[in-house]
Amino acid sequence: MLPNRAAVEGVAAQMQLAEVKGRSLWADARSRFFRNKAAVVSLVLLGLVAAFALFGGLFAQYENDFVDFSLIGSNAYLGVPSIETGHYFGTDSNGRDLFARTVQGTGISLMVGIVGALVAVIVGTLYGATAGYYGGRLDGLMMRIVDVLMSIPFMFVLILMLVIFGRSIFMLFLGIGLISWLDMARIARGQTLTIKNKEFVEVAVATGVHPLKIILRHIVPNLLGIVIVYATLLVPNMIIFESFISFLGLGVQEPATSLGALINEGSRTMQFGYYWQIAFPLFFFVVTIFAFFFVGDGLRDALDPKDR
Amino acid sequence: MTPLLSVRDLSVTFDVRRPGSWPWTPPRKLHAVSEVSFDIAPGECLGIVGESGSGKSTIARAVVGTLPSSGGHIMFEGSDLANMDPRQRRVHRRDVQMIFQDPLAALNPRMTVGEIIAEPLITHEPGTPRKEVKKRVGELMERVGLLPNLINRYPHEFSGGQCQRIGIARALILKPKLIICDEPVSALDVSVQAQVINLLMELRRDMGLSMIFIAHDLSVVKHISDRVLVLYLGRVMETAEARKLTTLPEHPYSQALIASVPIPDPVLEKARPRPILEGELPSPLSPPSGCVFRTRCPKARSSCAQEVPALQDIGGRHFVACPYHEAEQVLAVNG
Repeated sequence: MLPNRAAVEGVAAQMQLAEVKGRSLWADARSRFFRNKAAVVSLVLLGLVAAFALFGGLFAQYENDFVDFSLIGSNAYLGVPSIETGHYFGTDSNGRDLFARTVQGTGISLMVGIVGALVAVIVGTLYGATAGYYGGRLDGLMMRIVDVLMSIPFMFVLILMLVIFGRSIFMLFLGIGLISWLDMARIARGQTLTIKNKEFVEVAVATGVHPLKIILRHIVPNLLGIVIVYATLLVPNMIIFESFISFLGLGVQEPATSLGALINEGSRTMQFGYYWQIAFPLFFFVVTIFAFFFVGDGLRDALDPKDR
Repeated sequence: MTPLLSVRDLSVTFDVRRPGSWPWTPPRKLHAVSEVSFDIAPGECLGIVGESGSGKSTIARAVVGTLPSSGGHIMFEGSDLANMDPRQRRVHRRDVQMIFQDPLAALNPRMTVGEIIAEPLITHEPGTPRKEVKKRVGELMERVGLLPNLINRYPHEFSGGQCQRIGIARALILKPKLIICDEPVSALDVSVQAQVINLLMELRRDMGLSMIFIAHDLSVVKHISDRVLVLYLGRVMETAEARKLTTLPEHPYSQALIASVPIPDPVLEKARPRPILEGELPSPLSPPSGCVFRTRCPKARSSCAQEVPALQDIGGRHFVACPYHEAEQVLAVNG
């Protein structure tokens, strides 16, 4: 009955074919991503910034909280960036080594961004996918909770929290974690609504696959593309958010620091000619944010080839 | 012989809300399927034909259990689908599998072919060792005409016909008793259609499968089915042996449906009389009173609007829902 059956068997028997490795959609996206020059350069830059934050401390000649009293008052000529003194990026207005402080600030800023994005990806995606998949009343309830949380002015609440409970890095993470997943939940829900009507989900339901497995196996992998893109674009937003809080003086507490806090300090002394106090933190801040945006753009183009 | 599947007076309605209406306004009822009854014996193939929107796919989903029925009974091996306990439902899900119209949409693009075919097996027999799963998937791929070494490929690397074979393999891995094919060949090329249909027929014969074969192409249905059920606006118009229905249809709608199948001979095609149906399918939200087909029926009389014509047995397991039925020789559909 089947004309090509014999042929198929014959070919298989003759060639003893090894299993062919399939090209997944992820592999396709990867190759598209690596063809995007701006994105690849940005990825390398991000890697360098991360390496700076992780291993820069090994090269620092001073502790980040060591105050060199001999420099106070003579910052303009003794605290300039130089290799000889070991203050590669100069010193800040309190006579602390700016290199060590920038290393630490970059680390904290990256951490804030990545924690925010991780919370968004994990909580937001699962929350949105669950709401979208079950639909009906549960969906209505879950999304109204998101609406209510969104309608609260978070900057105000976060500032209140930092004032009442004291300024700490944990409070900052908590505040950022609380808001970052809201948008993601909405995006994930919207995507889920389209995916759950696809036939492969119906097959899974008809086969009797457990709803939780359907969400994890069929829905989440298919909305992950959009989620990843949004997450990379969320990281710089979170860094900017944290910088803004720190710029207001409410972020991380001394002697710890972040890029936003360093820029804030630098901006006060900029007018007296201590350009390095703002230039170095600002450089890492701008590079990180631009790199994240370019990587996000590259990922979007790679994961949604039809979108262009 | 007890039927494998027995559907009695099945009705499926959907609630339709007018956009912007108050939440407490009662929604309007859309009758997708009304009072449909049929039996399928083990090993039998029932064809369901009808226009788009006649409720073919709704019947399929109700039988699989993904849509709740609002009336009637679906009995599978003697137990009612509506009041099955979870264990029976699990067995039902094993024994009834479905094949879909759009072969690519029915396969998760992020899973490999092996994972897709193995999913029902892993779901229903979670303890199966990996090696065994792989072996069975490989055997089945070979059985449906796919090279087993393509097990790690992804659906987008296959053609439409190959994707449909993957879908068939997935449906078969649990050795089901009933397979529901929802327009399995409508999205394929004619040459590929023939291959897939022949494969289905071969599998059906070898594995003793029962089948519900849904299509809007009568020539395909006639080729594969033992019996054919003609559906219009969610109601059964006529049901008979496939050969009889395609050559000597009794209901005016079946006659029009068969006459609309082109004959691949221009001379014959031009010469034959064809009752062309006027107008569109009426809205299932407000179906016509009495016989639903009367608005487009060439033989409609005033009495047709009075009451819904019952299915009458005219002998030889041939049922017609038209009091004015008469056999009409229609030029045989090719095949």
